[in-house]
Amino acid sequence: MAEEWKPKIIAIICNWCSYAGADLAGGARIQYPPDIRAIRVMCTGRIDPLFIMKAFQDGADGVLVSGCHFGDCHYLEGNYKAAKRMFLVKNVLKNIGLNDKRLRMTFVSASEGAKWAGVVEDVIKTVKELGPSPLKQFEK
Amino acid sequence: MAENKEARIGVFVCHCGTNIAGSIDVGAVAEYAKTLPNVVHADEYQYMCSTPGQTKIMDAIKEKDLTGVVVAACSPRLHEPTFRTASAEGGLNPFRFEMANIREQNSWVHMHDREGATEKAKDSVRIAVAKASLLEDLIPKSVPVEKAALVVGGGVAGMQAALDLGSAGIKTYLIEREPSIGGRMSQLDKTFPTLDCSQCILTPKMVDVGRHPNIELMTYTEVEEVEGYIGNFEVTLRKKARGVMFPDEAEAKGIVGGGCNGCGDCAEVCPVIKGNKFELDMAPRKAVYINHPQVMPLIYTVDFNTCIKCGLCVEACGDKKAIDLDMVDEFVKIKVGTAILATGYDLFPIENKTEWGYKKYENVITGLEFERLICASGPTGGHLIRPSDGETPKKVAFVLCAGSRDNTGVGKPYCSRFCCMYSLKHAHQIIEKIPGAQPYILYMDIRSFGKMYEEFYYRIQDEGAKFIRGRVANILEDATTKNLHVYTEDTLLQRPIDLEVDLVVLASAVQPSAGADTVRKLFGVSNSQDGWMLEAHPKLNPCGTTTAGVFLAGVCQGPKDIPDTVAQAEGAASAASIPIHMGQVDLEPYFAQCVEEKCAGCGMCVNLCPYSALALVEKEGRKVMQVTEAKCKGCGTCGGFCPGGAIRMQHFTTPQIVAQIDAFLLGGEQ
Repeated sequence: MAEEWKPKIIAIICNWCSYAGADLAGGARIQYPPDIRAIRVMCTGRIDPLFIMKAFQDGADGVLVSGCHFGDCHYLEGNYKAAKRMFLVKNVLKNIGLNDKRLRMTFVSASEGAKWAGVVEDVIKTVKELGPSPLKQFEK
Repeated sequence: MAENKEARIGVFVCHCGTNIAGSIDVGAVAEYAKTLPNVVHADEYQYMCSTPGQTKIMDAIKEKDLTGVVVAACSPRLHEPTFRTASAEGGLNPFRFEMANIREQNSWVHMHDREGATEKAKDSVRIAVAKASLLEDLIPKSVPVEKAALVVGGGVAGMQAALDLGSAGIKTYLIEREPSIGGRMSQLDKTFPTLDCSQCILTPKMVDVGRHPNIELMTYTEVEEVEGYIGNFEVTLRKKARGVMFPDEAEAKGIVGGGCNGCGDCAEVCPVIKGNKFELDMAPRKAVYINHPQVMPLIYTVDFNTCIKCGLCVEACGDKKAIDLDMVDEFVKIKVGTAILATGYDLFPIENKTEWGYKKYENVITGLEFERLICASGPTGGHLIRPSDGETPKKVAFVLCAGSRDNTGVGKPYCSRFCCMYSLKHAHQIIEKIPGAQPYILYMDIRSFGKMYEEFYYRIQDEGAKFIRGRVANILEDATTKNLHVYTEDTLLQRPIDLEVDLVVLASAVQPSAGADTVRKLFGVSNSQDGWMLEAHPKLNPCGTTTAGVFLAGVCQGPKDIPDTVAQAEGAASAASIPIHMGQVDLEPYFAQCVEEKCAGCGMCVNLCPYSALALVEKEGRKVMQVTEAKCKGCGTCGGFCPGGAIRMQHFTTPQIVAQIDAFLLGGEQ
């Protein structure tokens, strides 16, 4: 490979905490690698486990789900429900032979810009170590 | 990939000066946008938020008959409202607008990777276009606003906010967990830099609050539960059992001419003696008590944690029959349109900095204890004494930044903002009151930033206070004299110092008050990294929060002195009065909807909803889910679970989100 392999990582993050935290990282100019694309939802509770499966089916090498800290959810408890669902998805991933480290759920508050940068950096590092998603071999 | 063939999308890429263009090839992004499905117009501009920028959007909507608009610029949390309005002025439903964040989450965080950042910006635009292609017309739901407001906390911030709201004609509930309003300011002796007496300027306000026809003052009361949303908060308050009835409460129970008149006969006979919290345990208090003579409202309170229920007070009260030792907590429900949180601060437990010996050496006290000791209404009648022997101290060391600006992990990393100034005031007070007294100010930097503060600093220098720059290493006690040795380095003279003094005053850091976190969570307000409540925007919305209709005033948002606290309280009151005066507010229409053909009536969603917005109803002989839109806050927790995919989350529909996922992963360069 002439060029370094760039993983495709999608982040689905909540509007109130993690998206705001990511904005704060920007305001503070905290640098991190660009190999991540974020989709904003109002709450991680909105995230249907099938969205994660769809992302992997589409060839995502990693998925990051990030919401508010427990007890801090803008909608009281959406993040608890999301966390439960992500455990479930991780189990499914394991059972179908996909390393469950490709899915990460984190909790980043609106005031944790530096933490957001650290999380993204770590997710990218983890996914790079795992290499391209094995599902890619089924692409046309 | 779900694709709306009729979608006609316009894309506008913003340079934001060099904020974006400095790290991203904006031209390349705009050119790339033209190649995307459904895009019929793509443009770039220096500042999309400027009037010419917005005009570009409006013109394109008309000329190209757009069905959706994408602006790639800053965060939607910043400018989404601006561009929604512009889209609406161009004739499009404002919810047909989508933003691609290429600044906060791209150009600013990938400043040294132009290629990577540009690729990411292209992907972000592609994702946004995919969503914009599927956006639909939405109508915000307008709801009426309850013409009442709640203020939590009866310190100077809460009092000022309540007075402003009340005077603006709004029914205001002011609740305070302590028996009296007044807060920290009522514990202070003098205020800097004017040196006017804190109580003298505060009591008129306390009286105003008590008398105001629009303010319903509820002391000894806490927030128990909060439900609802802007315009329609339903708050359950816990009226703690105070064991004593107001005259009107007594009258309601048929005791004519009864109730507490504040005579104090009960306290006189009460045999229980405990520490007075208001005097920081430096004075005694009975189990039935008032904290100080100026309390508002003037009513005694029974501390049921220490009361032995001997009944002597009931006897002493006589025919007034004000005391009821079997009183229990009561719960009151109120409806308000907006709320202001003003929960204030506590002192950081400075004994955690063990090297300074607080609570170990008697003659090491905090700034707040100094306030009580120098105050004429305090435990010593205003005669400053050494706690160890009651002598008048001559040499007094003031240790600044005690637990503030402390990165050791024990203290607080922030500046507590008013300790420099009150320590200067303390220095002035001992020079004024004690002949031959010598104050030493041990400081890191003197922060005298307010109006007339720097002048006050010079005045204290001229009065003879000695300033030693350096952080105090440790303090040791002379076991015989109980004098204290303060060890520090004078960093200006670069030499170690051993300073023997009679009294040490620690200008302790401040932290959010105990219980503030509970209130914060009840109202769904976020907190900053340092634990204070988080404002909606640090510069442009310092009174607002991320919960619509909830505002902040005073130190609960971060340390500030009295002028700043009062100013913010007035700001919060003004902001909180706007929805009430408007009479109605628009709720973002991100409601759940039930697709009845798909709904199996399983009812799983009903239990998932934290707001009880969903219910199962009978329709055509079978059960289907129904949404109460006014209760739905649009989190989508139901939609993320529905096994049949029967729940449609407006503006965040499954096809829209899947289109975004597909656009990123499948829609790139083939």
